[in-house]
Parts: sequence; C-alpha cells; structure tokens
Amino acid sequence: MSRRSLIAIADLDRDDIARILETSNRFAEVMARDIKKVPTLRGRAIINMFFESSTRTATSFELAGKRMSADVVNVKGSGSSVDKGETLKDTVLTLNAYRPDILVIRHRAAGACVVAARHTDAAVINAGDGKHEHPTQALLDLYTLRRATGTLEGLHVAFVGDVLHSRVARSGATALRTMGAKVTFVTPPTLMPRGAAEGLGVDVSYDIRDIGDADVVYALRMQHERMGKGGFVPSLREYATEYGIGHHRLRPGQLVMHAGPMNRGVEITDDLADDPTALVTTQVESGMIVRMAVMFDLLTEPGTRKGSDAVDEAVAA
Amino acid sequence: MSGRLVQRPGPAASAVFTGARLLDPIAGINEVADLVVRDGVIGGDPDGLERVDAAGMVIVPGFVDPHVHLRTPGREDLEDLASGSRAGASGGYVAIAAMPNTQPPVDDAEDLTRLLELAERDAVIPVGMICAITKGQEGQQLTDAAELARIGAVALSDDGVPVGDAAVFRRALQYQHLAGLVLVLHEEDRALSGTGAMHEGAVSARLGVSGIPAVSEAVAVGRDVLLARYESGRIHICHVSARETVDEVRRGKQLGVAVTAEVSPHHLLLIDEDVESLDAATRKMNPPLRGRDDREALIEALLDGTIDCVATDHAPHGASEKEQPFEEAPFGVTGLETAFAALYTELVLTGRVSLEVLVRRMSGDAARVIDLPEPTLAEGAPANLAVIDLEATWTVGADGFVSKSGNSAFLGRELTGRVQATIAGGQWAWRN
Repeated sequence: MSRRSLIAIADLDRDDIARILETSNRFAEVMARDIKKVPTLRGRAIINMFFESSTRTATSFELAGKRMSADVVNVKGSGSSVDKGETLKDTVLTLNAYRPDILVIRHRAAGACVVAARHTDAAVINAGDGKHEHPTQALLDLYTLRRATGTLEGLHVAFVGDVLHSRVARSGATALRTMGAKVTFVTPPTLMPRGAAEGLGVDVSYDIRDIGDADVVYALRMQHERMGKGGFVPSLREYATEYGIGHHRLRPGQLVMHAGPMNRGVEITDDLADDPTALVTTQVESGMIVRMAVMFDLLTEPGTRKGSDAVDEAVAA
Repeated sequence: MSGRLVQRPGPAASAVFTGARLLDPIAGINEVADLVVRDGVIGGDPDGLERVDAAGMVIVPGFVDPHVHLRTPGREDLEDLASGSRAGASGGYVAIAAMPNTQPPVDDAEDLTRLLELAERDAVIPVGMICAITKGQEGQQLTDAAELARIGAVALSDDGVPVGDAAVFRRALQYQHLAGLVLVLHEEDRALSGTGAMHEGAVSARLGVSGIPAVSEAVAVGRDVLLARYESGRIHICHVSARETVDEVRRGKQLGVAVTAEVSPHHLLLIDEDVESLDAATRKMNPPLRGRDDREALIEALLDGTIDCVATDHAPHGASEKEQPFEEAPFGVTGLETAFAALYTELVLTGRVSLEVLVRRMSGDAARVIDLPEPTLAEGAPANLAVIDLEATWTVGADGFVSKSGNSAFLGRELTGRVQATIAGGQWAWRN
C-alpha cells in the first residue's frame, strides 16, 4: 500500500477531517481509562525529527506513538549529524534505511517536508515547517473547538496578532474554512500577510474591535525568533495595548485559544491565560489524542469498512 | 565599440539547406528557398556542397542570449564553457554573454583574459564576457572598466546583486562615458526583498513563504532610470518580472532614457501559482515567478517593444543544492535548451505572439542590447543560424540535458519545436 502523508491541510478534504476528528473521539475514550495504552501500532516504528525546538508538539507526538505501542525514536537537530552539516535529504535517507512507518518532521524552513517525502517510503507528518503549515495543530484546534461548541459549521474564529509568521493561523484558517467556519484575521498592519484575504478566503481587519462578532478569539504568539531585526511593531507594550487579549476585550461566552508557548502580558493577559474558561490546556490535552488519530489514519485504510473496523479494534479494551 | 565574442577555432561550415522556409524578420526575408552556406558565410556557389534536406523546417537567424551563467571559474561542476556553450547551441543560440558572478567574480584584466582563453579552447559557439561593475561585486569600488573594455568585455554587471549604493551607481554611469560598456542591472531593493523566496501575494500568503514584493524590483528600476537620465547613461534591465517594472521601463523610454530590458521565458510562461509544489529545482528563482497579471504585462511589453528581448538567465544548479527546503535552496533555473521551444509552444502556437516577433526578440533585438552584431540570413553575412523543426515534439529532460545541470523550469513538459542544427560563428555547433 502506498502511504499518504500529511504535509498541508489541503492534503485533506472535508471527509478526511471529519473522519480524523471522529477517530480522535474514540481515542479520547481510551485516555479516559486507567490503562491508557492500546496495542494498535505494535511493531510500527515512528521517528520524530525535530530540527526546531518544541515542547508540546514533540512530547505529544512521542506519547501518542507510545500510547499506541509503536517504537518511537526522537532525533533532534542539535546533537545529531545535522550539526555536522548533513543535509535534510541525507538525514532522511539515513533514517529511511531503518524502515520507519512514520517520519514526524519539524523544520525551520517552509518546504522541508516536501523534500523529505521524496526520499522516504514512510508517511511524513509535518509537525511545523517554517511559516508554512502545522496541520496537526489545526486538527487539534478543530477537535478542541468541536468538543466545546458542538459544531464547526458557521462558527466564527478570529485569529489575532502575528499572522505573518504563524503557521498555526495558516493551517487553522484553511482547516476551519474547509469545515464551513468563518475566519477573520485581526492584526497590526505590519503583521498581515499581503494577499491573505484572497489567498486564504478570510476576512481581514486591523481593528481589534472586529473580534466582537467572533465566537472564538485565537491569540497568536508574537514570534520574535522569526522577525530577524524586528521592528514589526513599535514596541511590545504598544502591541499589548492595541491588540493584547484580556477579559476587557471579551464578551461573555466568547472562547479563547492559544497554541502556546504564551508571551504573557503581550498577546494574552496573565489572568486570562490562567482562566479555566480559556481552552489553552484543553488544546494541549487534545494534541496527543488527535496525533494518535492522525498516525492511525495514515497507517490504516481510511474511509473504508476495513478502516472503521480497525478503529473499533484499536480502541477495544 | 563591440566586445569580443570568442569561440573554439574550427573548420568553416559549408552546406546547402534545401526546401526550408527562411525567416529573418529584421532583414525582411520570409520565403521558401534553398540557403547556401559556404566557408562559414551566407550565400555563394552551391556546387559541390553537402546538401541538407530541410523541407518543412524553418531557418532563422540564430538566437543571442545576453544573460547566462556559465559558472566558470569556480563551479565547473555545475557548468563550464564547453557544456554551457553546447547547451546554447542545442537551443539554437549563436552567441551568449556570461555573467561575472563567478567564484571569484570576473572583475579585472587577468580574470577576463584567462576566461577568454578558456572560451577560445572550449566554447562551441561565440561567448562574450560581462565583467563586474564593482570590485568583487561588492558595490563599492568601480572596476577598471576602460581596460576591461579594451580587452573585450561586452558589458558590465553585478548580476545577482544590485548596486545598492546610489552614489556608486551614479559614478559607474559617469565612468561609462569613458569605458562605453552598457550597464546590465539586476534590479532589486534588497531591504524590501528581505528573506523572501517567492512573489509576495495571495499564493505566498497561503503558503507562508516569505514574499518578495513586486515593488522591490520596480523601485530599483525607478531609481536607476532616473540616474541614467541624469547622467545620460545607458542601462539594460535584467529579467523584468513585474507589471510595475514594465511601467518604469516604459516611462524611461518615453523620457528618452537609453534603457533596454529583457524578460525570461519562465517569467513569460509561469506564475506564482506554479510554486504550490514548493519544488525549488524548477520553481525558485530571483526575481520570482509573479502573478497572472504581471505575466500579461510582460507579454504585452514584449509585443510592443517596451521589453526589447528574451534572455534566459540560464542558471545551473546541482541537484543536491536544489533539493533543500524551498526557503533554503538557491535561486535559479536553466533555460538555454528550452527557451525557443517553450515560447513557441506557449506563445506562438496559442496565437499570442507571432513567430516573427519571437525570432526578433530572441535574435537581433537581443544582440543589440549589449552591442553585439545582429545575426542575419542576408547574403555575405557570417553564418549564424538555427534550423528548426516546428512540428517536432519532445519532452524536456526525457533524454537528459546538454547542460551539466537539470534544474529546468520546464522539466517534464511536452514542447513543440526542436532545433535540428545550429551554425554559429560560421561553424557547425549542433546537429541533431
């Protein structure tokens, strides 16, 4: 069987996303049990290649694989042959020789997973490549939202802040639009990608008051590390004043999300970050579950009777 | 003064091409007739010469490319004078001008002399050398342009990098009144381009790849057109990619500035939507593939003469350096082998551009921008011609490439029109 990969949200259609969210529900049942391990991927090998730093994503991919009894190996950018100048292609060719079933890749540059997928028989999962895409983050955000609201159709999500450098916003917007949600980008004029409205089918605004109509306010991290010499906003203080999300900007019932890590006091106020009504920790919890579902999906025959039987089997106690 | 074109000495070509359509738009030739080449010159007595059946083919003045990278000296693993000139010959080129952004850059008499000697040893078609505007292409100290001109440089360029400092560029324009070499300009405001890897627009917004705005090119052209006007200088704008740039060039011409411009086949035929694949080998170049509207402006400008000519910006790169993540791979695609066929297939066969205009823009008009002699089928002229089968179809890359590098923007495309023979500088350079 030729394996699929998950490199961009556009690799998935509406049915694919719905199926992965459904499978995630089933794996969530497993996580509610005392023994949180299933034999589903026994004998499978997963290699996590993180060439860029990560806490949440790396941990959740590793745990997701282990909860499904796969053999999981982690390769970091620093401390590996990458330090010695090995190219991505050669690193992938080397690791491919161990016959992994899945390569999970995070890389600083857009397009890294496209290159990797050419040189491996394994399914490639993009765990974030530059500003390009972070599809599993989008899926876990959808999963989190659907649990919180019941439906994605017609939902209005406002991404606020540094959209320019955000793969979370890009994948998220594409996934939400695919599922029938409405998306608005609210950013400082200097952090709005030119062509965003046309390219991503979203509404765009520089006015923070435009989050008023949204059901969900998604605060984005100011990505200092991708800003080079900086200067995208005059000061973080001014940014926090103009665009920072806190209780004062929200109306009752509005949901708040953040993919972490948070710059407290910049894009989100300290007290809101700790508010139990914010979905931030739910997102983290969802991360592992959804990544289990994605890995499972890539290694079974999705959309077939065999595939759905396999889900039943996978979560059987 | 014309720069030197150098090729490997060899026997002069002699043949009678029978039954072909002879098409030389500049000389006003368009007829089906036999064409005699005797001792490397058009015309003469056909008696005793080899007869080449060219029925159904078209013979045109050979093409001239004012902008190629032959990677010599320094990266002969990617291209050298033999392979690059042969790639040109296979595409119907009879003269090419090599850019000096080599390792080291060609910026003094010694470098230039050595390179011309290499061309005399290796080049199967005439090759001209463009030398740097500034030492080391560092944008500060002018090169010894008068001496370079005397040795035979065809033009000056810091291609790959713009001359960022307006005062230095102004000085180069002033000094041009002594040295006389046209300044060939890679136009870009590096601060605006930043870390960009593709055209800034809806597609870059969707892909999350840093964008190079169209105005990055246009503001640089605007500056240089104004300075050329002020100093009565002569400039040639490389690889125009954006509508805004076309507007600046057109305005310059209307003001009487001595400005010419070129456009590449890939900018005429591909757009940013083609970058969705994130395949750096075939889709990453600088300037980047622009929007649909930009491409329309380029075609219109090529038709109305605002853009004078086609140039390939043939830029060989190795498979491994191109096989990096899109944002990290080097810029550049090859072009000599595919330029005519790609443009014939996509612009002539679709009715956008006539064959006559395409031939002009690839031949005489291209020669003129850097003061090279215009190839012609006129009697008594040195034989510089291409014999082309306009019916033949071929798939780019299916039989490999003549160039040492395979980073073609048209890899895998089926094209119509194949060069069957090239005579360059009076010598056989290619026979299919």
